[in-house]
Amino acid sequence: MKLELRGITKKFGSLVANDHIDLVVMPGEIRSLLGENGAGKSTLMNVLYGLYQADAGEILLDDKVQTFKGPGDAMAAGIGMVHQHFMLIPVFTVAENVVLGNEPVNGIGALDLETARARVKEISDRFGFNVDPDALVEDLPVGVQQRVEIIKALSRDAKVLVLDEPTAVLTPQETDELMQIMRELAKAGTSIVFITHKLREVQAVADKITVIRQGKVVGEASPKESASKLATLMVGREVDLKVDKKSMKTGSVVLSVENISVLDEREQRAVDGVSFEVRAGEILAIAGVQGNGQTELAEVLLGLRTSIKGSGSISLDGKVLGHVSVRHHLEAGIAYIPEDRNKDGLVSEFSIAENFMLDGSYGKPYAKGININFAERDRISKKLIQEFDVRTQSAATPAGKLSGGNQQKVVVARELSRGVKLLIASQPTRGVDVGSIEFIHERIVAERDAGRAVILISTELDEVLALADRIAVMYRGKIVGIVDAATSREQLGKMMAGIAA
Amino acid sequence: MAKVEVTPGMFSKSEVAPSWKTPIVLAFFAVLVLVSFGFLGKPGNVDYSLSNKGDIFAVPDFVISSVGINIGLGIAMLVIAGISAALTLQKRKTPLWLTLIAGLAGAFGLLGWLASGKQVPVSFILGSAVVLAVPIILGALGGLMSERVGVVNIAIEGQLLTGAFMASVVGTITHNLYFGALAAMIASAILSMALASLAIKYLVDQIIIGVLINVLVVGITNFLYSQWLSVAGEQVNFPGTFDVISIPYLSALPVIGPAFFSARITVYLTFVLVPLVWFILFRTKLGLRARAVGEHPTAADTVGINVGRTRFWWVTSGGAIAGLGGAALTIGNVGAFGREMSGGLGFIALAVVILGRWQPFYVAASALLFGFAIILRVWANGVAPGIPTDFITMVPYLVTLIAVAGFAGKVRAPAASGQPYIKG
Repeated sequence: MKLELRGITKKFGSLVANDHIDLVVMPGEIRSLLGENGAGKSTLMNVLYGLYQADAGEILLDDKVQTFKGPGDAMAAGIGMVHQHFMLIPVFTVAENVVLGNEPVNGIGALDLETARARVKEISDRFGFNVDPDALVEDLPVGVQQRVEIIKALSRDAKVLVLDEPTAVLTPQETDELMQIMRELAKAGTSIVFITHKLREVQAVADKITVIRQGKVVGEASPKESASKLATLMVGREVDLKVDKKSMKTGSVVLSVENISVLDEREQRAVDGVSFEVRAGEILAIAGVQGNGQTELAEVLLGLRTSIKGSGSISLDGKVLGHVSVRHHLEAGIAYIPEDRNKDGLVSEFSIAENFMLDGSYGKPYAKGININFAERDRISKKLIQEFDVRTQSAATPAGKLSGGNQQKVVVARELSRGVKLLIASQPTRGVDVGSIEFIHERIVAERDAGRAVILISTELDEVLALADRIAVMYRGKIVGIVDAATSREQLGKMMAGIAA
Repeated sequence: MAKVEVTPGMFSKSEVAPSWKTPIVLAFFAVLVLVSFGFLGKPGNVDYSLSNKGDIFAVPDFVISSVGINIGLGIAMLVIAGISAALTLQKRKTPLWLTLIAGLAGAFGLLGWLASGKQVPVSFILGSAVVLAVPIILGALGGLMSERVGVVNIAIEGQLLTGAFMASVVGTITHNLYFGALAAMIASAILSMALASLAIKYLVDQIIIGVLINVLVVGITNFLYSQWLSVAGEQVNFPGTFDVISIPYLSALPVIGPAFFSARITVYLTFVLVPLVWFILFRTKLGLRARAVGEHPTAADTVGINVGRTRFWWVTSGGAIAGLGGAALTIGNVGAFGREMSGGLGFIALAVVILGRWQPFYVAASALLFGFAIILRVWANGVAPGIPTDFITMVPYLVTLIAVAGFAGKVRAPAASGQPYIKG
């Protein structure tokens, strides 16, 4: 089916998320929508899928104008979408999820789950998905959940399939499998819109690339273009994809983790007998697909979680850190950049200055007796805003009003200004623009060069390879292996799937 | 290359052994029955009367020494507690039916202790428990239907009260109790519509609306009662009750016949509604969609389900059912409206929804437990006046404790319960 978008405009208040976007996708074509976080890709696709109503412009399928009041209309017209955050009901089975909204019923009006199962099996077999229709979705690995999403779309005869950042949660191998699936679907005549910000994937699978920046189409490109050219188009200026790093001069062991195990909220072992060391002046990257225990590991290092009783120890500079309190860990010399800045890093209603003093509210330099030392706070805030290039009008601006990149710089500034021994940076550049990514990467490397120990937790292999001195790969709560930074991408990919070197 | 060893079930099985709560609670009650009701119990025989006079299949009464039966039951309960402890040691959960058997044995022992030297009218107690449980069951079904789609309904109390009031007044004025029941359902449904639209459309906090509705209904009915019903009671608050319908053959069965099959239409409607709600919720597409809306509204929206509309109609129909529960209070039992006559049953219904894990059959069973507890209090006062009423009043809570211990484990509310759905 041919998809055409003409002059789509979508505003949220004063923000123009999509500004007269035109796009044509031919039948059987894989079209990549490339753009930075916040460029408006997802908004555009939500308009296409009927979740948002466009303020102007029209959607055409096979040259006929469509009006979608909701996702139901879009689906009926043949548009299927695999969302970045899966739209599956965790407590339903695969079959129930696939037929939801389009349920087969039998003579007395009851659900016909037999037909539903057959539908799942038929599509699953056709593309070799290997999905059990009776499995509960919450028990499935994310890669399989994604296939369920694809089956869901295909079972509704989707002729246009939109994949929104589909590889964010996949191992490199699963990504390759997904690309294979995309090629097969395209061969069968499905038009595919593939949304991503990862250049390598675009180059591997797309037929044509449309680049979006700040809500506008800024150009089309062929996948044969070089990565730096695509990056320049995406960001709007020259980008240095490499991080300059001096060779490392490692010192003594700063952090030593021995046989730590942690339970998650569901009382399952999220971290399972993990041991490693980090030395002064090195960056240890913890790689792995999201949800393999990295979050819990970071939180136990900070004292936010307790490890299983008697499971092991964490020592900083040779001193064992008991489960006393988070403040105890912070004062022992740990800085922490959390993976979700809006949830754990900032109070978005607080001003930038107030956010700077969040973890130092009880003592010098921010407090004087029981009072806040406002003069000192303003002086420090001004200095940090300048040093960390936070783009804001004043230190009194609420943190929530800043862009993602600037919010992250506020967190980074707070953590790095404390003068610590160990920096734990968890997904430090998630949802951040390229300019800020470059800046944050430089600062992390500067910390290492200044002789601090750094733990970088990242699910982005590119980031890991750019920054790490050594790489530990986590899979299902265990460390599969710790390898040096020269390890090949393919090898790391295998380790991320649990195959030890 | 070697695959990292992943122990089987490592990611699915709980690390933590099942809690010792169940065996401990079971053992506690076993000892209570054995010692307090058995060894230290009251001498004398107890007469478990299993059939009413005039029953076709008269079953002889079961007469036994009160101390004897309680020692027997206590030992049996100790055995069950032992089995439960053994299962826990093996990191296995105690099955629900075992806990239920222990609970029934305990209740049987309690009856025998209370009535030593007297008669225990088993089918009367069962029948009354059912009648008393009906408003709780229906109220809880209404609450369940609302929570399953993600709207917390704490206005059950207000809905019961509205239903009770409307059924009585409309039933009296029209001289037709069916109109009364219908009016109760409609009025309560309208109340639910207010709750639903405020919660869904205007995103008002659901707990706050619920509390307000409860307070509002108490105020309105109290006002009308004192200004109108108590003045002109004969004309507006004298509906009488539905006739007792005995189902041929079934009502002649011993014990359960008179208890379950010789009742008013409100009881029979409850017998129909519980499986009906279950069937719709778990076997039809309407139910699948409703549960999807309560678990993950955004996902439901992306497959073309109208979240707001689904929530609205489920909350509204739940309200109608709760209204019927209110009608069961007046025209299904007492025969007239009294001040604040729902007396907290709506809040018990709320607890019952959770105790029954948002499952219609479990909810009905939990409500029966409360019905039993209420009738026990009433009956025990008459049969054993020496026992402090305070102790008897504790019984419902003890019963709840056993039940909670039995149900202990994975209790999971609908994921989106209480959360408004805001579209981007």
